[in-house]
Order: sequence, then C-alpha cells, then structure tokens
Amino acid sequence: MEITLKSYQFRKAREAEWQRLEDLLARFESGRQSSLTEDEIVAIPRLYRATLSSLSVARAISLDRDLLEYLESLSTRAYFCVYGARATLLDRVLQFFAKDWPKAVRGMWRETLLSAMLTAIGAVAAFALMKQSPDWFSSLVPAGLAHGRGPGASAQLLRGTLFGTHGADGLTVFSTFLFTHNAQIALFAFALGFACCLPTALLMIYNGMMLGAFFVVFNDRGLGVEFGGWALIHGVTELFAVILAGAAGFRLGWVLAFPGSRGRLEALGRAGREAAVVMAGVIVMLAFAGLLEGFGRQLITSTWIRYSVAAASAALWLFYFYRREPQP
Amino acid sequence: MSIAATQPRHSAADARIRELVTPEGIDLRLVLAEASERMTAFLLDAGIMIGSLIALTLLLALATWLAGSTKILREGIPAIWLLAFFILRNFYFMWFELSPRAATPGKRLVGLRVAMRDGGPLAAEEVFARNAMRELEVFLPLTFLAMSGASLDAWVVLLGVAWCAVFVFFPLMNRDLLRIGDLVAGTWVVRVPDRNLTIDLVATRVGYGLEFSEAALNAYGIKELNVLEDVLRRRDPETMKAVAARIREKIAMPGRQPDVEFLSAYYTALRGRLELRLLFGRRRRDKHDRA
Repeated sequence: MEITLKSYQFRKAREAEWQRLEDLLARFESGRQSSLTEDEIVAIPRLYRATLSSLSVARAISLDRDLLEYLESLSTRAYFCVYGARATLLDRVLQFFAKDWPKAVRGMWRETLLSAMLTAIGAVAAFALMKQSPDWFSSLVPAGLAHGRGPGASAQLLRGTLFGTHGADGLTVFSTFLFTHNAQIALFAFALGFACCLPTALLMIYNGMMLGAFFVVFNDRGLGVEFGGWALIHGVTELFAVILAGAAGFRLGWVLAFPGSRGRLEALGRAGREAAVVMAGVIVMLAFAGLLEGFGRQLITSTWIRYSVAAASAALWLFYFYRREPQP
Repeated sequence: MSIAATQPRHSAADARIRELVTPEGIDLRLVLAEASERMTAFLLDAGIMIGSLIALTLLLALATWLAGSTKILREGIPAIWLLAFFILRNFYFMWFELSPRAATPGKRLVGLRVAMRDGGPLAAEEVFARNAMRELEVFLPLTFLAMSGASLDAWVVLLGVAWCAVFVFFPLMNRDLLRIGDLVAGTWVVRVPDRNLTIDLVATRVGYGLEFSEAALNAYGIKELNVLEDVLRRRDPETMKAVAARIREKIAMPGRQPDVEFLSAYYTALRGRLELRLLFGRRRRDKHDRA
C-alpha cells in the first residue's frame, strides 16, 4: 500500500535538503569553517531559506510533532549562522582601536570627569585628614598594601622603596600580579555601577584617598617630588584606566536609574554596550600600566625620566581619546 | 461545550516561547532556557574552569620540579599561572560565547546558546558586557561568603549577603529569566538543542488491514495524536498496552492485533484524518474540540 499522507510525501521530497543543511551547519559550528568550500558557503543561505519555507509549510500541513520540532531547531540554528556576526577577529580588533574605543571614551566625558573629580576629592580629603592626625593612615591603607611604609617609617626606608630595584629579580611576576589585580578591581568598579553608582563612587573616592595618604607620608619626609615620579610613571595610565572603569560604571548606574525617553531595558542595553567597549580598553590600558610599573619603574630610577615618561603617556592617552576626528 | 475548552491552553512550556520573526517573515518560536538548565550549564563551566586550573597548577609544579630552579622558570612560572588564572576567570565565557555556537561547553552540553533579544547578530561588546557583570553576580557574593575575622560584624556580612542575593536571584524575578548581564547586554539565553530527524512513524509499517470507522477517527484531536506519537516513539510495552486498551475501549474496537501494530495503524489513520481536515483549514486541538 502506498502511503498517501501529504505530510509524508512532503517530508520525503525535502528531507535530503535538510540533511545537507544540518551537515554544513555542524561543520560551521564546530569552527571548521575553512573546511567549507566556496560552493558550500553559498549553499548555506539558500538551504536556510528552503528550510524556512519547509517549516512554514509543515506548520500548515503536518501533525508530526517530531518533524516540526526538528525543523524549528534546524531553522533556528541556520538563522543564527546566516544572520550572525561576520567580521573576522582581526577586523574587529583593528576597528576597536581605530574607532570604537576612542569614540566610546569620548562619549563618556561627563562620567569620566565625575569619576576623576571623586578621585581628586578622595586624595584631598586624605591629605587633610593626615595633616590633622597621621594615625588616619592605618585606617586608610590596609596593612597588606603598606609594606611598612607609614607615618612612623624613616626617610631612608621610604627612599629605599622609591628607588630600590627589588634586585631586578621577580619583575615578571610582580608586573603580572599588578596587572591582574588592578584589572580585577577595575572590572569590579564597573560591575558595581549597576547598584545605582554608589559603590563605584565610594571605590573612586577610596582610590583617591589611598593615593593622598601615601603622598602625605612621603611628603612629610621631604620625598614628595620623588614620590610623584615613582607613582606617576605608571600611575597616569593606571589612574586613567580606573577612572574610565568608574565612568563606565556610572553610565550604567545612571541609565538604570534614569533611562530617559527610551525604555529602561533598551537604554540599559545601549549603555551596557558602550560601557563594555570602554572596559575592554581599560583592560588593555592596565596591561600597559602593569608593564610600566613592573619593569619601567624598577629599571628607571631617575625621578626626572620618570616624570617625562608620565607626561608622555598622559599626552598620548589624551591625544588618542580626545583628538578631533578627521572629517570624512 | 464549556468555554474553558475553547480557550487555548497555555502549558508551562508555552510561557517560555518567544517570538522571533526572521527577515523572511517566519516566526521561529524561540524557547527560553529554564533557570535550572542555566544553573546546570554554569556549574559545568565552573567545574571545567576549576579542573583546568588544577591541571595547569600540577603541570607547572611538575615543570618546576623537573627543571630545577633556573631564573627564567622561577620568574616565568608564577607569572604564567597568574595570567592563566586571570584569563580563565574573565575570558573563558567570552571566548566560547564569541564562537559560532555562542555557547560555553556547559551551555552546549545542556543545549543552550546566547542570542540578542532583538534577533540581531551577537557582537563582542555584548558578550563582554554580559560576562563582566559576573563580577557582581558570582564573585562579589563569594567574597562576602568567604569573609570572616574578628574585626567584622556578623550583621555587616549578613547585610552584604542579602544585598548580593538581589543580584544572584535576579533571573528568578523576571519573566524572561534575564540575569543582570543579560539585562545590560540586551541578550538572553535560548534553547537550541541538536535534534536529529527521527523516522516518520507513518512509514514504519503499512498495511495492517485495519480499517477504522468514521466515529473511531473522530474520537481524538491533535493533542491526543501528539501523546500517541510520544508513546510510539518511546516503545515502552507497559505504556503501550495501557494506551492501546484505552483507545480500544473508546472507539469500541476490540481486537487481537499486537499493541504496536494497532497503535501504529491508528496513529497513521488518525493523523491522515486530522491532516486532511487541517488542509481544509480546520485545526482540531483536542478531543473536546468539536466543530
């Protein structure tokens, strides 16, 4: 007896196409794109449209649920393949550095300013507090970070920390540690922005306070200028990065609280994408800062060269982010 | 006929279906992942991450032991470990979600993938944003839980944990099961299981010589047909026996054919009937739905 069901005949006629699409998709998804020939790559969108039309027909004529679910799953996979992102990784990276990153940073100048101001306020506050009573130091700086540097330390010890070279040993580990540690803090500052900005603001102020507290300790021993060189050689890049991370966090928290005329979800999605671009760049900046701090600072011991490096890096970043875009 | 029977019934599965209309104009009916599936996927990924970290540590320890203490190793190995830890913690999810499957190994095993809520292409920014938020959802709570020490008030820790709980349990508090990362990136997680095309049950066996009366074919609707399909695909003798007995009673057709044969024949006939009516624009939802 011949099977006369329309849905059965329909399936028999189209099955081979679906199987072929499934096979091509499996190879595409497993990352073996290079094994696909030119013809096969061209075939995917065509087979995708054929399968979509099959799905549409099957919904109208077939009651085989297994078949419907199979077609839905296959069409969905093919949809993501056909309409997914196409740019190669290299293109994306180039575009990121040439355009996306500076543009996103420029777009966040208000938040960046706020973030920088909070850091400055923190530094000034710590300065004032320490002038009043040096005991504040222990509550501002955790003992693990102080390494014996504090109001009670002698000028000689402090000078040693500024110009000691750690025997030029262990620099790799040191700089790697600094980079991963700082990057983690920056990511944290960003994510905390979601809690309506407050924790990020606190983190920015606190970051400034630590800086201010250290400065007072060294300044009181007549090492203020030297400390400046020591801190700024990498600090320009690092502080800038942390400030940008804070700015990205602020953008997120602000949009969450005040989404504006767009819907909250949509506004948050846009802000999240911009902030993510900034943050990806922040990680890159911190990698530079880690190298400067781990190697540059330990190997360059002249205060004036340290200042020149700091000034050069500041000029570089400012030019890179805020230069006027050439009009096309 | 009651009103309730004419209303479309929304099962638990229907509540997770979301519309995604392709540019070709066809709704793909995406199915959102369940919270339990996402948790499973996350735990699998966490297991993989911790496992690879342990493996790396052992490997580096072995390398150190074999090579003795040359200067390069003394500096290089801890640096490699630190970098690997950092990369694993922050880029494991990113790397895999940027691949064509848009899923980490854990998600792939469970049959999930990340997709944009508006159906557009998933770019690096979105993947970065959704995973950077894990700091808030995973590592911050862990930090609070790991806090201890005489200087800390238990209340402070407790408040911290409660505060974090908002972020951790956020997906359970909205309809689309969005976690904060999804919210910020405009993404969601959907089910895309790898399905194979199974045989058409109609094709398994034909010609039993069983004929069904008009009344017998009018006994059931699409819902019952789907249940019968499941039963036939599972091939559990006990269930088939029970189902066959029910149907025989309902359509008043006692017989001595084996259950499989009877059910297959009835399935083919019923599907033929219902599909024919479908072609004429009549979709009979279930046995209560009578025209």
